[in-house]
Amino acid sequence: MDKLVIAGREFSSRLMVGTGKFSSHAAMVAALEGAEAEIVTVALRRVDIDNPDDDMLTHIDRNKYLLLPNTSGARDADEAVRLARLARAAGCEPWIKLEVTPDPYYLLPDPIETLKAAEILVKEGFNVLPYINADPVLAKHLQEVGTVTVMPLGAPIGTNKGVRTREQIAIIIEQAIVPVVVDAGLGAPSHAAEAMEMGAAAVLVNTAFAVARDPGAMGVAFKKGVEAGREAFLAGMGEQRDRAEASSPLTGFLHD
Amino acid sequence: MKITLNGKEILVGNPLSIVALLAEHDLDSTRVAVELNREVICANAFATTLLSDGDSLEIIHFVGGG
Repeated sequence: MDKLVIAGREFSSRLMVGTGKFSSHAAMVAALEGAEAEIVTVALRRVDIDNPDDDMLTHIDRNKYLLLPNTSGARDADEAVRLARLARAAGCEPWIKLEVTPDPYYLLPDPIETLKAAEILVKEGFNVLPYINADPVLAKHLQEVGTVTVMPLGAPIGTNKGVRTREQIAIIIEQAIVPVVVDAGLGAPSHAAEAMEMGAAAVLVNTAFAVARDPGAMGVAFKKGVEAGREAFLAGMGEQRDRAEASSPLTGFLHD
Repeated sequence: MKITLNGKEILVGNPLSIVALLAEHDLDSTRVAVELNREVICANAFATTLLSDGDSLEIIHFVGGG
């Protein structure tokens, strides 16, 4: 597969993996390995001072994976910027998956606060990967302020519904000058393949792995889906038509 | 003195550096990030940064997330 390039950095994998909601650290590691991921998202939360738990970072080899902290939990630009700065202070490279989701029911990203935070963080030297609704105009604005990707949602986080925003994502891809990463809602390898066939540069998957009976095997399945979709996109797919077009010759029939 | 740590008021000794506070709570200073009165404190300043009465401190770490 051809390389994915984000902010001048090359990646062999086009499947980013989130680390939330797994039943155990072992299950999470199995998914990362099965998916052959190179970019791995994590969240930042307050330490529970009275019960400091097992540190998840001991399970993630930081020489092998680019740790991509997210700003999940941020309700506005100010909170997102604070979280990004804290992530960098905690020793992360200045890469940030920008998420501003004030609505707890659908976790839909706030476009205005996301754009505000992106502007600030780009100026502070972050490589900003913003999670957005599939809005082509917003995607353009974000690219103009200097984000290194745009990450439109296929469907709300954790819903496993697939690429429900297909028409909008197609426009984003058509107009993009940075890699388009379809994030959220992808529940099956065929969903990932669909996004890649459309020309997405990568996908990000978490829930589908975390809830699978066998997260490692699901990682492998999605990896195949992503690769199949990418290769089909590069190979050039035929256009859809309304009427049949014969594959077999239309001459030399028995009744001729 | 009284400080607010992760949203909770607690009493601590004075003087107290950030590195001492982390040690008191068995926290590995290489695995957390600290915000003091909304300003991020770099890890190399944990030892030299002394807390004052009324300070508000956030100690955060990485957890699983998508």
